[in-house]
This record gives sequence, structure tokens and C-alpha cells, in this order.
Amino acid sequence: MNALYQIFVEPFVFMGEAPDLLLQTIWEGFVSGILYALIALGFVLIFKASGVFNFAQGIMVVFAALTLVGFHAMGIPAIIALILAIGVMFLLALTVERVVLRPLVNQPDIILFMATFGITYFLIGLGEFIFGGEPKVMIADELYLPRGRTDLDVAGGFVSIQHIDLAAAVIAIVMIAVLGVFFSKTRIGRALRAVADSHKAALSVGISLNQIWVIVWFAAGIVALVTGIMWGARSDVSFALQIIALKALPVLILGGFTSIPGAIVGGLIIGIGEKIGEFYWGPLVGGGIETWLAYVIALLFLMFRPQGLFGEKIIERV
Amino acid sequence: MSASTTSAHEFAPAPAVADAPRGTTQSDAAAAPAADREVLLAVENVSLGFGGVKALTDVSFDIRKGEIRAIIGPNGAGKTSMLNCINGFYHPTEGRITFRGETRRKMRPYEAAAGGIARTFQNVALFRGMSTIDNIMAGRSLKMKSNFFWQLLRYGPAMREEVEHRRVVEDIIDFLQIQAIRKTPVGKLPYGLQKRVELGRALAMEPELLLLDEPMAGMNLEEKEDMSRFILDVNQHFGTTIALIEHDMGVVMDLSDRVVVLEYGRKIADGTPAEVKSDQKVIDAYLGVPH
Repeated sequence: MNALYQIFVEPFVFMGEAPDLLLQTIWEGFVSGILYALIALGFVLIFKASGVFNFAQGIMVVFAALTLVGFHAMGIPAIIALILAIGVMFLLALTVERVVLRPLVNQPDIILFMATFGITYFLIGLGEFIFGGEPKVMIADELYLPRGRTDLDVAGGFVSIQHIDLAAAVIAIVMIAVLGVFFSKTRIGRALRAVADSHKAALSVGISLNQIWVIVWFAAGIVALVTGIMWGARSDVSFALQIIALKALPVLILGGFTSIPGAIVGGLIIGIGEKIGEFYWGPLVGGGIETWLAYVIALLFLMFRPQGLFGEKIIERV
Repeated sequence: MSASTTSAHEFAPAPAVADAPRGTTQSDAAAAPAADREVLLAVENVSLGFGGVKALTDVSFDIRKGEIRAIIGPNGAGKTSMLNCINGFYHPTEGRITFRGETRRKMRPYEAAAGGIARTFQNVALFRGMSTIDNIMAGRSLKMKSNFFWQLLRYGPAMREEVEHRRVVEDIIDFLQIQAIRKTPVGKLPYGLQKRVELGRALAMEPELLLLDEPMAGMNLEEKEDMSRFILDVNQHFGTTIALIEHDMGVVMDLSDRVVVLEYGRKIADGTPAEVKSDQKVIDAYLGVPH
């Protein structure tokens, strides 16, 4: 009886008693949710255009951030380092298309999936070889990212908002909007969706698969770079960052693998859900809810709505 | 129809342009019997093998400007393989294919598309998640030139280009009488309409050579009649050369100027529908020979 009370009543009473804490928790969940959404977006882009789950998205985040910091460490001004890092992501896209995707065209998806494992380990090795294994500090100030925090008086207490979090949220939202318009309104966006739906039909109207693949991998690279900057500014730039990329999996299961809005909403649900779970229910089991709650939510979704919130409905015609 | 010079307005509903002067090639071509016209595409001694399996063996025929050329044959005769060779999905292991006087060893699909070859597929290959309009717009991919950055900003020239292509697409939609399903995701459409949308997408490329792989498979009589009419209209009003694979002999005999017959990857007959129909080898291939 006492256990039930602790699970189903006490946390809600606590929420009501300290609404400022609840808001603070939701805000923090919102920010990490937005960042999960960004990572998930990288996956969605590549999945939409090539039907491949790109396991390397996580390491691409790390690699992009390391490249940026590395260029800056060589004495290059931050903005130019940023442009160079974008250039490196483009080179990476070209290389992946030429060396990995093109020879494997028409192979089963699982083969391509395995190939992205290969890319992952290659990038880990290359990154450590060039930049070394120790964590780096993101050049947040040099990129004019704001520091400091604002405390808002709310409901008898206060909610403190880190400026960097605010910037992350704004940049992520702008980026998502641009990608949305890009996908729905431009010729290349239309071609991307076409390739996602049918390779042979896309080829028959003169869309070059090779070109499209370079573009999506480049777009995913830019998303990775932005994600790397934002996560890096909140913690460090280290190889441990790629672990957070695995959080994108439950986000994708929630949102559907092919949906950009799905990635956003999924990211927010996971982000806010795990922060609230951790803060209010965590103490009951000694903490650590944050690490597994996302996967449990995803599992529940798989049972009741396997195509995700926004995924295309799976219809089997018999 | 020359791919580069066709303006948007030529795709007005067919009857309206029936008498419009369309340059001389078409009327000249219409006057001459099919066999005497200029060769648009020549297939010479083409063989295609997958490992030990020979899909095509030493096939030669030509497709002439402005004609409707049918490719027929029993199941597994290599008809679709032939189309796949023509539009660059497969590369012949031997022999060569000359299109508009140009022979290419290995033509890639997008090169074929850029050169003016459009096609439809046996088992409809549409972009299922996209609307009818977007599917047909995808057929304009090669004709759109403006930078995606301007498209992203919906900036002047890019916007104008989009509108211009959209007008062509709307004309095609009118022509095929599919106005009612313009915004429907094509995955939701019945099969007959999907085939029509697919034809629309191919027409949007303003092709010189249109390859139709069983355009009437699985259709009822009424749908077949509609499709036949569209094919004839496209051929007559736009002068598009058409190569089609079809199993319905009635349709083949009515539509086509010349017929090539394949069996087990070899050509067994080539000529006008009447000639082919009375050819003993063709009759044997279709009805079987007593052993």
C-alpha cells in the first residue's frame, strides 16, 4: 500500500507543491529533447533517402565537433574553422558515397547497415589518430554562443535558464524548419523523397542516386556538426558523446523513421519524459531511470503503434 | 516532339492542339509508312546474360521516329530485359544500342533520361508517399535548373520556374483527366489510376522515346480503352515515339505500327501486325507445337 502511494500519489503531490521545480525539470527535458531530436533528424535524413539506418550518425557528431575544435586549435579563427569543418563534412559525404555506398548499390539493407558500422569504427580510429583521445572544450565563446543564465521568477520560486540551452533550442528549431521547407519545396527535396520511395522510378526520371546520396550525407553531416557544437558546449567534446546517439533509437521508434516532425515530437517526449521520471520517480529505485526509461517507452510504443507516431502506416495488401 | 523546344502550352488538352502546326517532322512522318521513317533507336545484335542465364540472344531491331512499336512474346521472353537495356538499367553483354545516332557502351539511366527516354514499369513504380502532382513534378527534375538555395527562399526566378513547370504538370493532369486526384498520395489510388499517373510522370519528361511496360496489365476493358486513347493521342499529337510491351493481342494489333516478337530471348518475327499475326513461328510460340 505504501509503495503504491509512493509511486502514484507522492510525486504528483510534490509537483503541485513546487511548480517551479516541475517547470525547471520540463525545461531541462525540453532542451535535451531538442538535442535528441537533432540527432534523430540526422538518422531520418539518411533513412528517408536510402532506407539505411546510419549507425555512424553518433560518431559523425563527435567527428564534426572534433574537427571544428581541432582546426581552431591550429590557430584558425573560429568562423573559418566552422567553414572548414563544413567542408570536411562534405568531403566525408563524397567519400562515403564513392567508397561505401556506390559499390554496395542494390545490396540488401542489412549489408549497408553493417557498412555504417564500418564507417563508425573507421571514424573513431581516424578521429583518435588525428585529434587524440582526450576530451576537448568546445569553442563556444569564439562562435558567439551566449553564456550565463537567467533566473525567472515563477510561482513563488524560480526557473533558471542557461543561455546556451536557449540558443540550442532556437538553432535547432530554425534548422528543423529549414530542412522541412527544403524537403517539401525544392527540386532536390522532391528528388530526395522520390529516391526514398523507389530507386528505379527515380532513376527513370533522371535523378542521379549518387548525387542524392552525397547531398543527404552532407545534410546529415551538417546536422551532426550543429549537434556536436551544442552538446559539446554543454559538456565536453569526447568520444563518449556518441553514446547519446543511441538515445536517438527510442526517439525514432516513437516518431517513426521517416518523419521529420516525428523526430521532433519523439525527441521532446523522450527528453521531457526521462527528466521527469528521473527527478520524481528516480529516488524510489535509487536513481538511474534516465538511462533506461527511453527504451521502455519505445518498447511500449512498439507494442501498440509499431510505425511510430508519424510514420507511414504499414499496410500489407494480400 | 523535340524535348528542348516543347513549350508548356503544347501540353494543353489533346483535342485543342490536334490541328496546331507542330513543325514538319510529324506530318511528314505520319505520311510515310513506318518502315521508311528515320531510325530513332537501333538495337544491334544485343545479348544479355546473368551468369549462366541468357535473357537475350543476338536481338536486332529498330524503332523509327514517330511510330508505335510493340514488343510481344510469351512470359520470360526477355521483353522487359530489352526495355531495361534501352533505358540503361541493364548493360548488354554484347551488341550495341544506338539512340539518335549516338552509340554508347554503357548508358546510365539518368543519361538515358536526359537524352529523352522515359518509361513506365510493369509493376507500377511510383513515389507512393507523394501526391499525384509531386509525382508528375518529379518527372520535371531534369528540366529544373534554378539553384536550390533560391528555391528554398522561394525567390523570384526560382519561383517563376516552379510556376512554369507546375503549369505543364497541370496540363498533363488535364490531358489524362486525373484532376480529381491531384493531391491524393498515389499509394492510396486504385491500380488503374496509378498507371495513369505513371504515364503522366513519363510525359512530364517530354520524352522523344516513351517506353511502356505493359501499360494495360490488370485493367478492365474500359480502362484499357482509356489508356489506348491516351497512347494514341500522345503519339499523334506530340509525335512521341512509343515502344510498348503488351499481352493483349487486340490492343497490340490496333495500336502498333510494327511489332517485334521475342521468344526465349531471341527475335522470331518482326513486321506489321498483319505480317506477324500470320507468321507460323509466332503462332507456334503462342499456341505451342505438337511434339
